Amino acid sequence: MICQECNQRPAALHFTKIVNGEKTEVNLCEKCAQEKGEMFMFTGGSGFSFNNLLAGLLNIEPSVQKQSQNTFHQEEILQCSGCSMTFPQFIKVGRFGCAHCYETFKEQLPPVLSRLHSGNWSHSGKIPKRIGGGIHLKKQVENLKNELKELIQQEEFEKAAQIRDEIRTLEKQLSSSNKGGE
Amino acid sequence: MSLERFINQAVSSWMSEEGPDSDIVLSSRIRLARNFENIKFPTLFSHEEAQAIIAKIEEIHHESSFSKFGQMELLKIDEIQPLQKRVLVEKHLISPNLAEESPYGAVLLTENEEISIMVNEEDHIRIQCLFPGLQLTEALAAANEVDDWLENHIHYGFDEKYGYLTSCPTNVGTGLRASVMMHLPGLMLTQQINRIIPAINQLGLVVRGIYGEGSEALGNIFQISNQITLGKSEEDICRDLKGVVSQLISQERSAREALRKTSNIQLEDRVFRSLGVLSNCRIIETKEAAKCLSDVRLGIDMGYIDHLPKNILNELMILTQPGFLQQYAGGHLRANERDIRRAALIRERLKMEQDKR
Ligand SMILES: [Zn+2]
Ligand SMILES: [Zn+2]
Repeated sequence: MICQECNQRPAALHFTKIVNGEKTEVNLCEKCAQEKGEMFMFTGGSGFSFNNLLAGLLNIEPSVQKQSQNTFHQEEILQCSGCSMTFPQFIKVGRFGCAHCYETFKEQLPPVLSRLHSGNWSHSGKIPKRIGGGIHLKKQVENLKNELKELIQQEEFEKAAQIRDEIRTLEKQLSSSNKGGE
Repeated sequence: MSLERFINQAVSSWMSEEGPDSDIVLSSRIRLARNFENIKFPTLFSHEEAQAIIAKIEEIHHESSFSKFGQMELLKIDEIQPLQKRVLVEKHLISPNLAEESPYGAVLLTENEEISIMVNEEDHIRIQCLFPGLQLTEALAAANEVDDWLENHIHYGFDEKYGYLTSCPTNVGTGLRASVMMHLPGLMLTQQINRIIPAINQLGLVVRGIYGEGSEALGNIFQISNQITLGKSEEDICRDLKGVVSQLISQERSAREALRKTSNIQLEDRVFRSLGVLSNCRIIETKEAAKCLSDVRLGIDMGYIDHLPKNILNELMILTQPGFLQQYAGGHLRANERDIRRAALIRERLKMEQDKR
């Protein structure tokens, strides 16, 4: 096999990379690989092996594998209506096809995400303004309720009472904003 | 072109200006990943969908331009020269992935190059803010402002439970990657770094060399970033990273003081030998250049050298990369030619400072 860069020397390095969801075989001679390598060296690697790594990581998860086999054998294969991606495909590529994949694979995702994010599988950061104040308030109430629980456990009743009042105020706001919005 | 003019044109503000704790923290970066709700991710989207995204960004840019951080310019990847692409990568303004594997990519850049918005990389939109020194909070605030601006015009993919939806499940939630570039020669020389890196990893942070392959960190420059994007707020992610970085700063400072106490003359010798190499070499490889630049920068920080500016490490680590050398030379250079050019550029740069005196 001849190197695809210079089309002169025999290819010594062979690997697969995934671009736009498609596998591409890459065959380079040592010299061209070095030239390319220098580019990666400076930029901390362009994630050549990352796809494989992630797929590996997702694959080890036994419950994921079981679920993906289940869906494969028993019911129809789960397929995203937005991009036609199936769950086995996602596991293989390690990338979603579109935003709707998250909805399509919602049953399968918690173990995958919690593995990647140290046990977390629920967002608690920024929220787009267009989603409206509703979620913001709900999240705030959720956080305060957790705090309240902790305070009660620690027997910090004075602070707990303050938090309880805050929750009440927010819940009032929430019910009025829901009425207003609908 | 004179070297001075070349440098003035080539250097972004994060390389030339000083920020808080910039004796150890070279730069802080915030990246936010965002996607359009109803368009397939770049791994699968069609040519037409890619064009539609660029057209939308162009429209937003022209019709409601955002000038708080200076005038922005839109560059389309397929319209810029390979060498210019490489230079943008070397300046950390675009990713190698955008330069090499995103035929429909584009980038919106501010003049001072502190803010870049990559379009059609792994995600439709990646907002990046790069500030000098330790300024995670400031960079996050700037990134959020850019995000709010775009959000007024774009329906982002967002889920109540999963947050901002991204192509890769490792970015979902906040879509935030916060990272800090640190110069840690003291921890390297005292051989503490091998003990520290696993401890940092345990905290859910990733440490890696920015320059160099594998575990090697050329120029003793390390990047520390968060791994978890889901389940923690943006502020918490930055606060936790900042906490670890602050500890590293104080450990690096005490390592430097210990070195001064136990091996002052050896350290001074090392610093001036490296300065000697840089001032006199005729051929120099990346690795040796990086080592010497790191020594010289340490010498500046510790007061052994007083006639050179601190940013020389940052600046020359960037300017002696292959893309920049070739841009300065005005054409393609083979590896051995680059080593000669690199030596010449470094010598000339050091002479510029000599002449200033
Ligand atoms: Zn070749
Ligand atoms: Zn999909």
